[in-house]
Amino acid sequence: MKTELIQDAELVTNYINGNESALSVLIERHKQKIYSFIYSKVYDSDVTEDVFQDTFIKVIKTLKRGKYNEEGKFLPWVMRIAHNLVIDHFRKNKRMPKFHNTGEFSIFSVLSDSTLNAEKVLIKDQVETDVRRIIEELPEDQKQVLLMRMYQDMSFKEISERTGVSINTALGRMRYALINMRKVIEQNNIVLTN
Amino acid sequence: MAKIYSNASPKQHNLNPKDETISFLLNYSKALSVINYNKLKFEALLN
Repeated sequence: MKTELIQDAELVTNYINGNESALSVLIERHKQKIYSFIYSKVYDSDVTEDVFQDTFIKVIKTLKRGKYNEEGKFLPWVMRIAHNLVIDHFRKNKRMPKFHNTGEFSIFSVLSDSTLNAEKVLIKDQVETDVRRIIEELPEDQKQVLLMRMYQDMSFKEISERTGVSINTALGRMRYALINMRKVIEQNNIVLTN
Repeated sequence: MAKIYSNASPKQHNLNPKDETISFLLNYSKALSVINYNKLKFEALLN
């Protein structure tokens, strides 16, 4: 009970001054929150364990190097580190997809079929139809620029010449077209992924 | 009262790190020392 009374800031100072047990109290106090936070993002207990460990290694290094400036926010700071490491984890996985070992080797886990299956074809068609419907909702000038740019692959210079406006106006219309599309997508909760 | 039809999210009761992880971190902390030398900081792991 006594340890609960000591503030995080004091424990951090004690730790920086060489009191190793202060770290143990800090970890005990916040481990559940930090661990749950990471787990809620990665949904894998092994990865969570790794990220949790890396988070505290970073915390330890920063504290020992004297680079931590105390603003009474130990937990949010640790959460921030954990959050950044979770992002790093996802970035790494994107570059190098994880090979799931299920006990038996399956060649299909290494090779993937790049052609779309029936379900994906349906989803792709649906997404494209949705996008076209959203484009139809746009004001005429924005729609024109967007169609020329995205579907006819014209440069903004060509678009400006064709529509008789300056390049900046064409760029602005494109920007507003995208902003408006995003707005419609958000308002109607349209999911455009497959 | 409105019925909620969404699926209950999978509950993970044991949301705590393993004891080994904690003990590794505490040992790591004890072993790590940062040596200051001419404005440079060196990390040394002394096991």
